[in-house]
Amino acid sequence: MATDHWEHFPHEADMGVRGMGTTLEQAFEQAALALTAVVTDLTDVAPRKMIQLSCEAPDVELLLVDWLNALIFEMATRRMLFNRFEVRLEGQHLSANVWGEALDVARHHPAVEVKGATYTALKVARQADGSWLAQCVVDV
Amino acid sequence: MDIAQFERTSEFAWHIKPFGRMRVPGVIFASEALLREMDAKVYEQVTNVAMLPGIVGASFAMPDAHWGYGFPIGGVAAFDPDQGGVVSAGGVGFDISCGVRTLHTSLQFKDLDAVKTRLADALYHTIPAGLGSTGAIRLDAKKMDAMLRGGAHWAVEQGFGEEADLERIEEGGCMRGADPAQVSVQAKQRQRDEMGTLGSGNHYLEVQQVTEVYAPDIAAAYGLKLGDVVVSIHCGSRGLGHQIGTEFLRQMVISALGYGIDLPDRELACAPINSPLGQNYLGAMRAGINCALANRQILTHLTRQVFSQLLPQSRLPLLYDVSHNTCKVETHSVGGRQKQLFVHRKGATRAFGPGHPDLPAALRQAGQPVLIGGSMGTASYILAGTRESMQRAFGSACHGSGRAMSRHQALRNWHGRQVVDELAGRGILIRSPSSRGVAEEAPGAYKDVSAVVDSADQAGLARKVARLEPIICIKG
Repeated sequence: MATDHWEHFPHEADMGVRGMGTTLEQAFEQAALALTAVVTDLTDVAPRKMIQLSCEAPDVELLLVDWLNALIFEMATRRMLFNRFEVRLEGQHLSANVWGEALDVARHHPAVEVKGATYTALKVARQADGSWLAQCVVDV
Repeated sequence: MDIAQFERTSEFAWHIKPFGRMRVPGVIFASEALLREMDAKVYEQVTNVAMLPGIVGASFAMPDAHWGYGFPIGGVAAFDPDQGGVVSAGGVGFDISCGVRTLHTSLQFKDLDAVKTRLADALYHTIPAGLGSTGAIRLDAKKMDAMLRGGAHWAVEQGFGEEADLERIEEGGCMRGADPAQVSVQAKQRQRDEMGTLGSGNHYLEVQQVTEVYAPDIAAAYGLKLGDVVVSIHCGSRGLGHQIGTEFLRQMVISALGYGIDLPDRELACAPINSPLGQNYLGAMRAGINCALANRQILTHLTRQVFSQLLPQSRLPLLYDVSHNTCKVETHSVGGRQKQLFVHRKGATRAFGPGHPDLPAALRQAGQPVLIGGSMGTASYILAGTRESMQRAFGSACHGSGRAMSRHQALRNWHGRQVVDELAGRGILIRSPSSRGVAEEAPGAYKDVSAVVDSADQAGLARKVARLEPIICIKG
């Protein structure tokens, strides 16, 4: 089984996004996939257009929230959905290339709009097997 | 929830004695059955809020309380600025001033017979709903700031709705003290195309009928009788509010220690009311309230247009507009003295009692209408603030039914089409761009709103006035 994967975990009113990766960067990429999957089926999104993002935070957990919030902002203002992510981390600085396409309601059947990433169930940590976990609850 | 953790002080009030760093007690208002079903996280969050500086009275949770962010959803807490009291972005929430407004229609249920389907289609066509939907209004920088300062007042000036609507909105439709300069460029950018949109998730526009009247005298004062058709709109401050929440939550998390606040949970991020960050947030949050009030005002105008085309005999005056996610400066009696407090209501409704000077003259003797939204396909309720409610939890009541299961679980249990068909079989027309969204919001995924409202009534938070049942639901 590949180490890199994402999943959702339940929160009473909202949804938890969790990314698991061989590296911290990959865990952040997987968490981003989980974020898009809150809205739509990932296989329905085509990586047609690339945008670049960067953010910076005092610690790596806050950085995860900032990363997801940067994506939420781009989704909202560009009206796009993203399904491919390349994250680079240097200390507390994150830069990323992100691919996706314009939202098409008829094709993407968006379930819900994500309002923001939260500090609830927020965790970025190395697991016993050396892989990384990055998770938090997002408000929908 | 383990009820042994509480001291039961009345049939519907459960106290948590202060322990550890708690400055005040915790109080949950609920029936025993609702409390037992409540997530254990609510207990943790109620006690965490009780640890915040300057909290007054108690940390309260309403009968619909569930696991939120820092504060429970259904949480109420008041802070005294003279005792180091704080304002919390988490205590207001992302969807600033999310709320409900209810419009009369001057119609009876039978008047809809011939036009029900056409009305559902026309509302769905006219009200922008769901992710990616845009409104017809584009605001440049100057107009954006005017909207953020003026709220529903601004909307009426722009031709959306009527002057008479304003007195039926909390704060007379315009939250004073809004400071658009504290709202970031990003927050304004997120709102540029979203004025007059419903949003998604649990937001909706419903055509409803009054199916039961519990307090005829108050119902009469509210202009409600059995069989009346009303329209309720549930939505908030859209992208602008979400972005304000996101940005200030982050700033408050980072600066809390600098203000000497040791947070029991990062999501409780707050700043002293008397601090630059606290004041900046209040200015931005009040602008967010105005955005929500303007948004609901524009949706009201669109609704009236649809009704006037299909049902020209109808008139849609506003009954009332309540906000759920706010922090407001209010005067309350504390230990026999009148104090100005900053009251946070996170997923809770203001419920001012009869005679309160903030209520419009026509409603003052009856008490404030408390509009409780159900979930899609279930009943909604109208309650009234009472004198008692002012003593219980700073004039506050519940706001809705609250989820009983996660979206995740709901998706396993239902398909959107099946939910729509089942409701259609009961005569309820659902219109939504998202089948998955409908499944996640299935009526069975929510707690029984009737049990929540009964608890609020019996706990003395607000008095039951009327029950509404859905006819048409436009779902984001």
